[in-house]
Amino acid sequence: MLKVNEIIAPLQAEVLAAGEMEAELTGGYCGDLLSDVMGNAHDGSVWITIQSHPNVIAVATLVGIPCVVITNWAEVENDTLERARAEKITVIRTHFTSYQAVSVLSGLGIPGTKRDG
Amino acid sequence: MAHNTPLIKIERKISGGDFQSAGDISSEVKKILQQAGFSPAFNRRVVIAVYEAEMNVVIHAYQGVFLTEIYPDRVYVVIDDEGPGIPDLELAFQEGYSTAPPHIREMGFGAGYGLSNMKKCSDRLQISTEMGKGTKVEMEFFLEPSKGGKSS
Repeated sequence: MLKVNEIIAPLQAEVLAAGEMEAELTGGYCGDLLSDVMGNAHDGSVWITIQSHPNVIAVATLVGIPCVVITNWAEVENDTLERARAEKITVIRTHFTSYQAVSVLSGLGIPGTKRDG
Repeated sequence: MAHNTPLIKIERKISGGDFQSAGDISSEVKKILQQAGFSPAFNRRVVIAVYEAEMNVVIHAYQGVFLTEIYPDRVYVVIDDEGPGIPDLELAFQEGYSTAPPHIREMGFGAGYGLSNMKKCSDRLQISTEMGKGTKVEMEFFLEPSKGGKSS
């Protein structure tokens, strides 16, 4: 199973907040609607999104997401990163679009997962 | 036998429009439930529903009070807000229906899944609302499916 620190180079990403880099990624979820991610993302997943405000970290914490990938090189608020550090969640940023990022991660063997029920 | 004394009771204020601390109550509830030793699946149901209710107050209301009582066999939650009220409850339960303004939606909030997520995750949901006054959401979550709890 891939670890957080193993997806940084393939995504040509910049690490904005380093959390538990050795955490294993059990799957992936892509979405910009917070309720959708809350309801459907599996814990242990990498989350690909263009959202970058502090509440993203609240959702990641509640779901149990170890790594958030911000796509399209979106601006990330400092408060988002402070919260991420406090919660030990890794936030990385890539120039790739969400589709490109998903396709890279899928190529690495990270499956798309959805929570049941 | 039902347990009538809560193990833990917490009460918190929620400020409408405060997106910076939005989610803090849900995080606190998650940590308490984890410490209480409930299963991750059960905790998740409670936390999703609490998050949606908390966000509804932040998005739509002026202020609110959150109260939870954690019992050995169930969790009781009530969120009572001062706000505009919900004009059409049936419509508000429809997935995708939302009255959130565009700038809120751009942040990924207010997609219209709040109430339906609460309904899916809770075992009992009761909403009373009065236009121009506010909305009260009561939810209950049972640990055992035999006592009305969803399999978790």
